[in-house]
Amino acid sequence: MSETSAKPVEGERRAFMTGNEAVCWAALAAGAEIMYGYPITPQNEIMHYWTRNVPKFGKRFLQTEDELSAGFTTVGGVLAGRRAFTATAGPGNVLMQEPLAMAEAMRIPTVVIIQQRGGPSTATVIYSQQEVTLTCFGGNGEGLRIVYSTSSHQELFDYTIKAFNTAWKYRFPTFVLADGYQAKMRESLTIYDPASRGISMVPTEPFLGRPGKIGEGRTAAHLRNTYNIEEELNAVLEKDIADYERYAPEIAEYDSSAPEDCDLLVVTHGVVFRSARMAVRDLTSQGKKIGYFRPITLRPFPEEQFRQAAARARQILVAESAYGQLLKIVQQNLYGSTVPIRTMLKPGVGITPEEITEECSAILAGKEA
Amino acid sequence: MGRAVKIAMAGEGGQGVQTIAQILTDAADFEGKEALYIPNFGVEQRGGVTIAFVQIGDEKIGAPKFKTADIVIALSGRAVRRTRMYAGPQTLFFYDSGIEGIEHDLPTNARQVLPIPALETANKTLNPRVFNILILGAVIGASRVVTIDKAQQAIEKRLAYKFEQNPELRELNFKALQAGIDLVAGMGVAI
Amino acid sequence: MAVELELEPKMPNCWDPATKPHKFCPGCGHGLVLKALGQAIDELGIQDRVVFGCDIGCSLLSWDFFNMDTVQTHHGRTTPVLVGVKRANPELIVIAYMGDGGGYAIGSQHLVNAANRNDRITAILCNNTNYAMTGGQMAPTTMPGQKTETTPYGRDVNDQGYPMLGPEMVAAITHEGSYVARGTVSKLRTLKGYLKKALANQIAGRGFSFVEALSTCPTNWRTNAKQTWAFLEEQMQGYFPVGELKVPAELQTAERKEE
Repeated sequence: MSETSAKPVEGERRAFMTGNEAVCWAALAAGAEIMYGYPITPQNEIMHYWTRNVPKFGKRFLQTEDELSAGFTTVGGVLAGRRAFTATAGPGNVLMQEPLAMAEAMRIPTVVIIQQRGGPSTATVIYSQQEVTLTCFGGNGEGLRIVYSTSSHQELFDYTIKAFNTAWKYRFPTFVLADGYQAKMRESLTIYDPASRGISMVPTEPFLGRPGKIGEGRTAAHLRNTYNIEEELNAVLEKDIADYERYAPEIAEYDSSAPEDCDLLVVTHGVVFRSARMAVRDLTSQGKKIGYFRPITLRPFPEEQFRQAAARARQILVAESAYGQLLKIVQQNLYGSTVPIRTMLKPGVGITPEEITEECSAILAGKEA
Repeated sequence: MGRAVKIAMAGEGGQGVQTIAQILTDAADFEGKEALYIPNFGVEQRGGVTIAFVQIGDEKIGAPKFKTADIVIALSGRAVRRTRMYAGPQTLFFYDSGIEGIEHDLPTNARQVLPIPALETANKTLNPRVFNILILGAVIGASRVVTIDKAQQAIEKRLAYKFEQNPELRELNFKALQAGIDLVAGMGVAI
Repeated sequence: MAVELELEPKMPNCWDPATKPHKFCPGCGHGLVLKALGQAIDELGIQDRVVFGCDIGCSLLSWDFFNMDTVQTHHGRTTPVLVGVKRANPELIVIAYMGDGGGYAIGSQHLVNAANRNDRITAILCNNTNYAMTGGQMAPTTMPGQKTETTPYGRDVNDQGYPMLGPEMVAAITHEGSYVARGTVSKLRTLKGYLKKALANQIAGRGFSFVEALSTCPTNWRTNAKQTWAFLEEQMQGYFPVGELKVPAELQTAERKEE
């Protein structure tokens, strides 16, 4: 797969585009070599833009028969040593869990972009935050994955590039979790060549088909995911879990802003964070003591930083476009804390800044009363 | 800082609503402003009403969708019924004056509800093909979120392939843009 | 000394002697298919370029069978994993090794679409007429009247349909450049020839290559040696015709030259 000399992105430039287009440019800029995919709304345009750029930059694409195949061919592409990726949504994400369980079991650094749509079932092709549990903990395993939840096109671009490096550095399947709004909306961002910002791409290497003669300088690889006895499996998992827990603090990312005497801490992720930040700014300017905490990595969760922020807050409000998927993670990470948790759970619909402002005002008024 | 201007444009598929949303936000981007545009997409769009949600401001835009628009433009009866939910006390609610049978469907809580003879003007004085650009002009006239210069530049970018085949179309589109601006100017409304 | 050497069974060079004797049940046909495959690989001299992928089912036991790069996949998903490898690195020679359940039931969409796309891979399917690893349930290839754990009164074709004719289906849907054959472990030299052609066809970059190997499963068939062989040669070979179904013109020409 000869890289043509032309870089997909030279230096940096301002762009005004859809999120799906931003993902495509990020993958190109990151030096991704092959995409495998199956059509599903709202991620289709990632494939559309990728296929248009395939001949220009010496890339490859395979449209598969379903998401099982898209996931497993991506696994194959990574095993062959390529920066390979796929993208999916909703019911496709459900099917994708089988190949990603294999990637998790075998520490295969796949990169998957998820554009969440409504669920369960076919539901809507539009938007939700209902694929949090599935993306973080899907598959018949322990959720040894890395999940970045983005909130803007700039982050979609930044974290798609980062996802390739995180995956290949730590060797855990890595996800960029966005949604139909982010996929389809247009807004401005700066796209750039990672090298121009001093970001170097973690080199890839083949797991299978290394050069050289077997027995002379290399041994044959025997990659397995099936074990004969419980202890054999347990030993593998103990090691992988220990690795995951050791790396978690350096992988975890968050954004938070809260006053010392915080009456209410608003916890959101992804695109809902945009509304939360606006509401918090609005209410802060009205003199309210309110702050926000936003996990950027949903897996691994920024546990320490969140517990610290929560410890300073009198109340917490969790707002999400799902019926408690972020809430479960929050509750788990607050084990032992007595801070009251209020909720604003709106499965399958967007949440506007006005709605969060209204909810926060009501909660704060209740406290004052 | 000035909060972002929120605009909802709605029509039947083929009326060119999404095209003008792209042109409008491209123009805002050319101005160096921040813009966010999201179409309603999905099953609703197929044989239904198409809506473009546009926000333009000086800072990064917050949430992609909004509850209440500053400007709504509805181009069909169904579009009126679908978009009246976005009207509020600050909203200028425009609808094409040629739409019949919607007297009871118009919002009652808008700042102003304004019929504009857009289709009639396009048909009589220009060309039905540039109806959507005339609407774009009306939105710009009412919102003043972008300059005519940048709007023309954005039209050029989006329709260049058509202008190459037929250079006369350029002038026709620019005329339609101005006609839209004039229509609203004549009504003396702005946000 | 010479006598001692003769006592050692001759293994293909690409086998890993450290994992032998292998873990298949006594009388299982997998070892024979893999012997024919090993010989074909040796004759083509491609051991260093091969990526061997095995399905889940008894085929998974082949994960450490060869001294070649090997990956265990999921049940039915060997074809897409190896398609992914091949698309990402076309220099490699990839082999997807699966059973009848993996290829014709749970992974049939992958087989059909890889075949239709003419993916340059070699798929080898071992047909032993049942799901053997899970304890002998009915497979798509179970013979009419054959008793299995899920057809305890025998396969009723009115209810469960007829055994699937995989190579016939693949031959029907593939295009120019594909190679399709059905061999049997009762004719190992012929089977080896088919496997060699299926690999040569991939190496030449012509197209999808598919070989079904009729195999044996005395453990689940509950047959002795004689009955096992009779079931294979009489019942199975009677229903599943052995031979080449599709041979690219260039492969035929090459064969003639070799003769």
